[in-house]
Amino acid sequence: MMKNAWLIPLIPAVSFFVILFFGKKLPRKGSEVGIAALTASFVISLLAALEWIGESVPRHAVHRHFTWFEIGGVDIGAGIFIDGLAVMMLVVVTFISLMVHVYSTGYMHGDRRYTYFFAALSLFTSAMLLLVVADNTLQLMIGWELVGLCSFMLIGHWWEEGVNSGAAIKAFITTRTGDIGLMTGIIVLFFAAGRNFGIEHLNHEALTGAIGHGTLLVGASLLFLGVMGKSAQFPLHVWLPDAMAGPTPVSALIHAATMVVAGVYLVARLYGVFFTGFSIEVGGTNLVAIIGAITVIIAALLAFVQDDVKKVLAYSTVSQLGYMVMALGVGAWTAAVFHLFTHAFFKALLFLGSGSLIHAVHSNNMSEMGGMRKFMPTTFWTFMVGSVALAGIFPLAGFWSKDEILLGASENGFPLMLAVGLAGAFMTAAYMTRACYLIFAGEYRGHGHPHESPPSMAWPLRILAVPAVLAGLLNAPGILLFNGWVEFHVEGVDHFLHHHDFNPMLAVLSLGIAVLGIAAASAYYFRGAFNGLSQRVPLLATGHRVLVNKYYLDDLFLAIIRGIQYPIARAAYWINQNVLDGVVNGVGKGAQRSAQVVYDVIDQRVIDGAVNGAGLSAEEGGSILRYLQTGRVQQYAAMLFGAVAVLAMGLVALT
Amino acid sequence: MYLNQFLLLAAVLFSLGVYGVLARKNAVLVLMSIELMLNAVNINLIAFGAFHDNVLGQVFTLFVITVAAAEVGVGLAIVLLIFRNRADIDLDELDLMKG
Amino acid sequence: MVAQNVVFGILAVVMVTAAFRLVTTQNVVRAALFLAIVLSGVAAIYILLAAEFVAWVQVLVYIGAVVVLLLFGVMLTRAPIGRLGDLDNDQRILSALVALFLLGAMGAVLLDAFGDDKVGTPAIRRTAEVSDSLFGTFVIPFEVASVLLLSALVGAVALARRD
Repeated sequence: MMKNAWLIPLIPAVSFFVILFFGKKLPRKGSEVGIAALTASFVISLLAALEWIGESVPRHAVHRHFTWFEIGGVDIGAGIFIDGLAVMMLVVVTFISLMVHVYSTGYMHGDRRYTYFFAALSLFTSAMLLLVVADNTLQLMIGWELVGLCSFMLIGHWWEEGVNSGAAIKAFITTRTGDIGLMTGIIVLFFAAGRNFGIEHLNHEALTGAIGHGTLLVGASLLFLGVMGKSAQFPLHVWLPDAMAGPTPVSALIHAATMVVAGVYLVARLYGVFFTGFSIEVGGTNLVAIIGAITVIIAALLAFVQDDVKKVLAYSTVSQLGYMVMALGVGAWTAAVFHLFTHAFFKALLFLGSGSLIHAVHSNNMSEMGGMRKFMPTTFWTFMVGSVALAGIFPLAGFWSKDEILLGASENGFPLMLAVGLAGAFMTAAYMTRACYLIFAGEYRGHGHPHESPPSMAWPLRILAVPAVLAGLLNAPGILLFNGWVEFHVEGVDHFLHHHDFNPMLAVLSLGIAVLGIAAASAYYFRGAFNGLSQRVPLLATGHRVLVNKYYLDDLFLAIIRGIQYPIARAAYWINQNVLDGVVNGVGKGAQRSAQVVYDVIDQRVIDGAVNGAGLSAEEGGSILRYLQTGRVQQYAAMLFGAVAVLAMGLVALT
Repeated sequence: MYLNQFLLLAAVLFSLGVYGVLARKNAVLVLMSIELMLNAVNINLIAFGAFHDNVLGQVFTLFVITVAAAEVGVGLAIVLLIFRNRADIDLDELDLMKG
Repeated sequence: MVAQNVVFGILAVVMVTAAFRLVTTQNVVRAALFLAIVLSGVAAIYILLAAEFVAWVQVLVYIGAVVVLLLFGVMLTRAPIGRLGDLDNDQRILSALVALFLLGAMGAVLLDAFGDDKVGTPAIRRTAEVSDSLFGTFVIPFEVASVLLLSALVGAVALARRD
């Protein structure tokens, strides 16, 4: 099946076209096509995964390439590169996309653009899979851009409201800003690798020292700019919370589990470039780790002041993405990928659960929820499972993956990142406790009649809860299956990444900090401790205001854009009006004036003069010659005689 | 006697006849002027005949006289017709070909 | 010689004067008279040049017939007898110029060509010679002339009869 992994992106692509053309006429309006296609892709992905796992060590990646055309010695084509990482991503993406498809049949029931929604979901899944199996950076970029487009389409699904279309544009523009770096980076690395787009080739060249360190640093930094945009790292994270304006299934699929991890996946894929370029081996600090660390902290802080449940989860996603990026920055490759794996499950679960809540209460705001435990037990239990997994409590999935990241930070010599990771764990547990309290505890503060969601929505929740609980065990010490299946390996290069042994001390420490976080939040909410603190302490009040205003980053960006764009726009407008239009108008006026001159002088005077003159001269000549035609014979005779006399004289004179 | 004196005399008469043809209004007077011209020509002929010691000049002169007589007859007939049509033989009035 | 020249001189003066008066007189009948004088002069010139037969033919035909014909014409066209007024049209001056120019041209040519030629005393030709030439060499032109006369006569009658 690995050899036929090209089917996996192809089937949803075909489903996209089928839904687009025939969806409205089908009995279930196209959703059945989408679900069938995703099921097929999921099955093929599972088979490919099993095949990979079943291979004997050392496993070799399956690489198939199809050359579309060759120009100037450069090979342009598509291909698949299936190794452990790819297989893992394939399973995750198809599984969660399938869950979201099933969920959407309930959530989007009766929506104004139901069929279009499913078509877009299929297109997105196909694009994400294309990105995942890519064997060259060009194909990766195509998939990257396509998922960006689908994100734009799906965030602005209800574009009739200005908020939604604005959020879609913000998402697109922000990721586009990052994509400048991505494209430039790809070009730099293309030339550095000897005019070759191949990913395996590029990693090989980077790790064997064939490419200069400076070039790798530049290329990696540029690529990282794209990662910052797509994976919502500081400071390009501002689009993700606003992207919550889209339907909740979209948030679950794209903005929690799949698209946003494309950046992490990029770094993981091209890790040879990043590892060598940023000298991650050295330890201490580097750009990737710093950005990741900053993201972890600022996003977690912001999650505390949100009223919208989806925004809490959005900032939580940003924070967890920060964890993954930080992990890659400290050299903990497998930890990052493993965290990506577990995070996809419980974050998707949390989002779908929040969707269930929103569907029941008809509002996103937690201030209109409360006491939901009574009304929606399934949602309550699954949401709790997801929250505990996110908080990193033993033995759920988040614990194992987060612990590995902290292990990597401490063992590879990044003490600062370790501290950040622990602080982040504290805050994650705290804000999730806050969210659960506000939603499920206390009395219902809304005005509706909330009820449990229909089975189409409830069952995906239940199904997702299973890997949220169990997935972490794949890499539990002693089992360590994940380490074996998914590892970074380049043919011809020795392993350079270290796997560290389980550190029980660190595990207990991180668990303790997480529990502390839950306890602190519980004390605040359940027992009222620290209440009113921000009003009493001015520093905390300022901090609260800064958080509510999202660090004024949006205002900063707007000011930068205005400061740069408006003068440029005005200058361009001036050039257009005065220079370009001036030239055009000038040419037009010149033509007009010359035409006027031609008309006045040449046409009227010269030509018409000539024509009129011819006529006039004929007329006047005629009126003069008229006097010869008197009709009088004697006059004719006179002229005759005169002429004869003259002729005679002439003849005589000449001869 | 010089030949030229006859020839010059003839030339003078001819010129006067030309003047008369061109300048006279009455049609009959024009005919008279034409006769004058013809006679001048006759003088010329006779003079040359005498000069060449030939009878040829006289013969030609006879022919000219004949033709002149015929011409006057027809001419006057036409003048009469004009007079009948217009009651006036002023040649200035005969400008139907005007324009 | 002298006598011929004198005679010629007198004749020339008379003829030119009469011709001049012919073309300038305002009286139609007097014009006819002057024409008669000129014609007579011409006959005299013929005699001077020893062309006697032609001279008498001239007198017979021209003075006897043509002048009379012209006078008849004058009568039939009710030309006023006596002084009329204006018998010359507007292009007098132009005609005078043309005539003078013609005279000048002819005079120049003649003087140039026949400057010193003399007629001498021509031999008197007998009428028999003229008739021999006329009915001999030039019989066809003679016959044509007769036909011409006939047709002219017929034509004149045809034109002038009242219908």
